[in-house]
Amino acid sequence: MAKRIDVKDLNIYYGKFHAVENVTLSVPPRSVTAFIGPSGCGKSTVLRSLNRMHEVIPGARVDGSVLLDGADIYGAGVDPVEVRRTIGMVFQRPNPFPTMSIRDNVVAGLRLAGTKNRQQLDEVCERSLRGANLWEEVKDRLNKPGGGLSGGQQQRLCIARAIAVQPDVLLMDEPCSALDPISTLAIEDLITELKQDFTIVIVTHNMQQAARVSDQTAFFNLHGVGQPGRLVEIDETSRIFSNPSQRATEDYISGRFG
Amino acid sequence: MSTELELERPAQPPSFQGISTGRKAKNLAATVMVSLCFVVAVIPLVWVLWTVASRGMESLLRADWWSHSLSGVRANEDLGGAYHAIYGTIAQGLVTAVIAVPIGILVGIYLVEYGAGTRFARVTTFTVDILTGVPSIVAALFVYSVWISIFGFSRSAFANCLALLLLMIPMVVRSTEEMLRVVPNELREASYALGIPKWKTIVKVVIPTALSGIVTGVMLGVARIMGETAPALILMAYSARINMDIFEGSMANLPLLMVKEFTNPEAAGFNRTWGAALTLILIIMLFNLAATLVSRLSAVKTK
Repeated sequence: MAKRIDVKDLNIYYGKFHAVENVTLSVPPRSVTAFIGPSGCGKSTVLRSLNRMHEVIPGARVDGSVLLDGADIYGAGVDPVEVRRTIGMVFQRPNPFPTMSIRDNVVAGLRLAGTKNRQQLDEVCERSLRGANLWEEVKDRLNKPGGGLSGGQQQRLCIARAIAVQPDVLLMDEPCSALDPISTLAIEDLITELKQDFTIVIVTHNMQQAARVSDQTAFFNLHGVGQPGRLVEIDETSRIFSNPSQRATEDYISGRFG
Repeated sequence: MSTELELERPAQPPSFQGISTGRKAKNLAATVMVSLCFVVAVIPLVWVLWTVASRGMESLLRADWWSHSLSGVRANEDLGGAYHAIYGTIAQGLVTAVIAVPIGILVGIYLVEYGAGTRFARVTTFTVDILTGVPSIVAALFVYSVWISIFGFSRSAFANCLALLLLMIPMVVRSTEEMLRVVPNELREASYALGIPKWKTIVKVVIPTALSGIVTGVMLGVARIMGETAPALILMAYSARINMDIFEGSMANLPLLMVKEFTNPEAAGFNRTWGAALTLILIIMLFNLAATLVSRLSAVKTK
């Protein structure tokens, strides 16, 4: 079920503002790709355009193509709802639905899509919570509200919710930036496990995290304020962090700027 | 060694002192002010409630009050009841609410979820803001001139409902709009990212999150229109009989009953006026209790 992503000549705009220019990259299936770069360089914007979440913002639009196993998600007649069901997303701040219990949060994607079979929903709930390493902690209080969990648990709940709809790709937008080191470790372990079933793209400000969890790393940068961000280079993580081909990448990862 | 000790010593010894007299005085003055304001605000409230309750109780304790009208009862007889007016108040309130609530909520949803930022939505929001401040007598005169003078319908409870609609819809729109705006965008995005369509996101995620606030806004609206007197005076004639038909003939409601009996110099008139006032307060209270229950059941939970 994991699929590959090929981005070709992607240009992203917010109204008249050209946010990101000419991004071309490939993400192989069952791998973790990390997006790193300074704030405002467009890495989150690129991530959000991979499942058409970008266009939720009024005035936002995209040029170029994003192919999921060869099929263009921006093709004519493609339903963005269908795209997002195939390419799930986890956000920076944990955002469980406040009116729903833990169980309802996990199965929200299926239930709101019309699945009513209670037994099936319970199975999905348990499988997803186990997949997110949260089952043991919450199995006795599935009917309690999701908002009562700790931040790290809430983020794993959001991951469980995202994998419950069995997407092909999982996008993560700085999933650990609001979490303490122990919860971060739990999520990183989880990412390594999820890699066996999903294609994962993760945006992170933490370069150690990129080095720990990812197979390939993409470095984004911008030339100046008001200029569009661009992809500087993408390569195997070990090469990016030991012997990058671009000077800017080396400066960034060695902390000489940004 | 000695220089090290010198360095370790704080530059100045800490000098913690007691709270100065000036700060104590200011604190006392502020505490007294706040407490006084609270008392000043509460006294008239309790006074009103006590006056209405003590003077109205006598009527409410008669069983006839809840089951009979004032049809055929003379001005000086402590007989009959307010059934005709209670029915009128509840019927007119419900008819208005049943029409105003869906329209108001849908307009609010449009303004926040679909029209956000468009010129049309901005104009609508502005218009709704103005309409919220329209005095009820103006709404009543407008309905009179259109519904009765131009369209030629007769005065009826329904004409009164039309005026109440003009007052209630803007209130519901406003409260819905404000409640939807405070729902964090992250929840909408979380739902979209699960492949849930926009309309379902609104119905199943956004509205439930905002529901308790919306219900409160609706209840404030219902409470206000149930007490409106001016439209009833203009659009509906008082009737001492029970009239179940909101489209035909005159019908009472509790504010009209109060206006009518206020001019009755007999002791019975006094009892009926205060009885109607207490009944109106009780009905609005019951509606509010029901609404609190609904919003409590639907409120955002963390425990």
